[in-house]
Amino acid sequence: MNAQLQPTGSAYFIAKETEKPETHTLSVLVDNEPGVLARVIGLFSGRGYNIESLTVSETEHEKHLSRITIVTRGTPHVLEQIKHQLERIVPVHRVVDLTVRSHELGQERPLERELALVKVAGTGEGRVEALRLADAFRASVIDANTEHFIFEITGKGSKIDQFIAIMKPLGLVEICRTGVAAMNRGPQGM
Amino acid sequence: MSSGQNERREMTGAEMVVQALKDNGVKHVFGYPGGAVLPIYDEIFQQDEVEHILVRHEQGAGHAAEGYARSTGKAGVMLVTSGPGATNAVTPLQDALMDSIPLVCLTGQVPTSLIGSDAFQECDTIGITRPCTKHNWLVKDVNELAAIIHEAFHVATTGRPGPVVVDIPKDVQFAKGIYVPPQTAPRTSYQPKVQGDLEKIKAAVELMANAKRPILYTGGGVINSGPEASHLLRELVDLTGFPITSTLMGLGAYPASGKNWMGMLGMHGTYEANMAMHDCDVMVCIGARFDDRITGRLTAFSPNSKKIHIDIDPSSINKNVHTDVPIIGDVGRVLEDLVRLWRATARADKKALHPWWEQIAKWRARDSLAYKMNHDVIMPQYAVQRLYALTKDMDTYITTEVGQHQMWAAQHYHFEKPNRWMTSGGLGTMGYGLPAALGVQIAHPDALVIDIAGDASVQMTMQEMSAAVQHEAPIKIFILNNQYMGMVRQWQQLLHGNRLSHSYTEAMPDFVKLAEAYGGHGIRCEKPDELDDAIREMISVKKPVIFDCRVATLANCFPMIPSGKAHNEMLLPDEATDEAVANAIDAKGRELV
Repeated sequence: MNAQLQPTGSAYFIAKETEKPETHTLSVLVDNEPGVLARVIGLFSGRGYNIESLTVSETEHEKHLSRITIVTRGTPHVLEQIKHQLERIVPVHRVVDLTVRSHELGQERPLERELALVKVAGTGEGRVEALRLADAFRASVIDANTEHFIFEITGKGSKIDQFIAIMKPLGLVEICRTGVAAMNRGPQGM
Repeated sequence: MSSGQNERREMTGAEMVVQALKDNGVKHVFGYPGGAVLPIYDEIFQQDEVEHILVRHEQGAGHAAEGYARSTGKAGVMLVTSGPGATNAVTPLQDALMDSIPLVCLTGQVPTSLIGSDAFQECDTIGITRPCTKHNWLVKDVNELAAIIHEAFHVATTGRPGPVVVDIPKDVQFAKGIYVPPQTAPRTSYQPKVQGDLEKIKAAVELMANAKRPILYTGGGVINSGPEASHLLRELVDLTGFPITSTLMGLGAYPASGKNWMGMLGMHGTYEANMAMHDCDVMVCIGARFDDRITGRLTAFSPNSKKIHIDIDPSSINKNVHTDVPIIGDVGRVLEDLVRLWRATARADKKALHPWWEQIAKWRARDSLAYKMNHDVIMPQYAVQRLYALTKDMDTYITTEVGQHQMWAAQHYHFEKPNRWMTSGGLGTMGYGLPAALGVQIAHPDALVIDIAGDASVQMTMQEMSAAVQHEAPIKIFILNNQYMGMVRQWQQLLHGNRLSHSYTEAMPDFVKLAEAYGGHGIRCEKPDELDDAIREMISVKKPVIFDCRVATLANCFPMIPSGKAHNEMLLPDEATDEAVANAIDAKGRELV
């Protein structure tokens, strides 16, 4: 018997999902041209794929290349489809599933970091506590007056989640997160 | 190709467009003028190398270009204005995307200084067409225009073919810049893989050589790959002795008169083709994509077979059905290797296939395309059969609209060559056939081009009769007129207790008068014994003809795999009582399309 895979977007998508969804991080190297991000995002929304985090910036100015990092969630079959569908986009050079690659390298997951700016306002004991905790998290103060701090924190998403949760009762006002930047360990490039 | 005198010459953007068309070998453009493309139309006016075919609606331009493309293997080109011109092009663009048709669409755009200001006839063409094209470009600098148009032709026609849009603001059309001729170095990120992995092809040959119940399941990819692919496919069938079936899009790649031909497969395919798909032990899918019309219920799809899948698009592999031996590459190239390797290493044990062929003969004996002949009323199947009999020895091209007539045409018209059958498969676009026939006729002025149409579909793009008359394209619109949207009515019978909600056309136009009003020729036929003479008349008239063939109003299209059912659960015509039809689809299947 052949194991039947789940179709994505097929009209005959009536069989029960048997594979478990996984969270993977993809690196997509693209020509830095107008609309390229819209093509990538449109693919995800049009085909019903998830985006949990998305980061994009030009990485090689001379070659006009940008690197898009996408954290997505799906069954292995859907993740394979996402990779192939991304590769079909004309200005896409390469798609690397960093999570799969890290497994091939014998690691649990790729290196993933996120930066967040966290604004906390308050006075008295809470303010002191916020500063103390920020120090413990190695967040740095990048702006402050007598009534507020803005902390800059870098780390894994889970660390930032935790930091934000702790700051909530201490006068959390505003959060800005960059989304995940990721690459694999070791000397090889993507 | 034009001579070198045009290389790196200064010209306006509009001149570049026409020059680029010439340099890409374009002879015909289908289009409709408007404010934002006037400079290009002015250039078209001043030359006669590229002929412009004026349509009556931009959708017609798109389908005509698709028909042109499918019947020639070259890119079809359409030219439309901004705003509504571009939005009207969306249907043919999506149609071409789903059926992998090379279509280059040039759109005018408001001047760059007005983009984003909600200017008159402005729309976000690039945004709107992004999901329905293979790629699209907004040209902001006249110096990039030529290279972009050349790249557009390259992207549309290579790899898995598809539609592209080049959006050209009006100021860019007026601006002067340097024209560059087509160059060979395409962008580095776009490198379709055409050569198949030899190890995989070896594995495929081995699997095929040991098969006891093999089947070749071929699709539009064989036709897209070019005539050589069809030739190699025929060679492969001769070498292996395997039975062969095809999707709707692939008809003609293998001749219907070939002894290994089992007819089309899928929802309205033959019993033998679908049963063989279900019971095979090795399936060789060549340039097809396991579409839901083909597979039926996926969990019951060909449960005991090893599957080989040849496709140029890696995303087609494992999308719907798990493949044991995936081969990514152009069908023609892969078949070349496959045939060569088969000759070198394998020997067909045609004796071992005997029991399989005997089984197929039993299925074939069920005669799944049979219908009850009627001597008073024309049966739609009979009409297609007579049309086939009277036109098969001519240089004939067939287009269709979408619905019952399309399936009857696929079942009862038989194709011997590729590129002779133009139909909207993936998107299922009613109104495709008439403009497509126009496009085919422009490409093949002396051929007999027939649109096998339905009375509902044909009214969606009827206005192109006017274009056909203007351009002296003697297309034949053969309407199987049952006064219903036949397939909608059939599904209402299957799913909704035969409550025929809005599927009957109460105010049907007089198609004969309509033909005459357009300056064409109208024929009506209501009796089976008058049909042959009427068809002969249609063939002999050297101008556009609308043939109003009045057929049985409530005929259903069988055989059928009801939604949610498997290949071996077909509803056959002789079993399709009213009760069987009413209960054919269960609760789960009702949700499906």
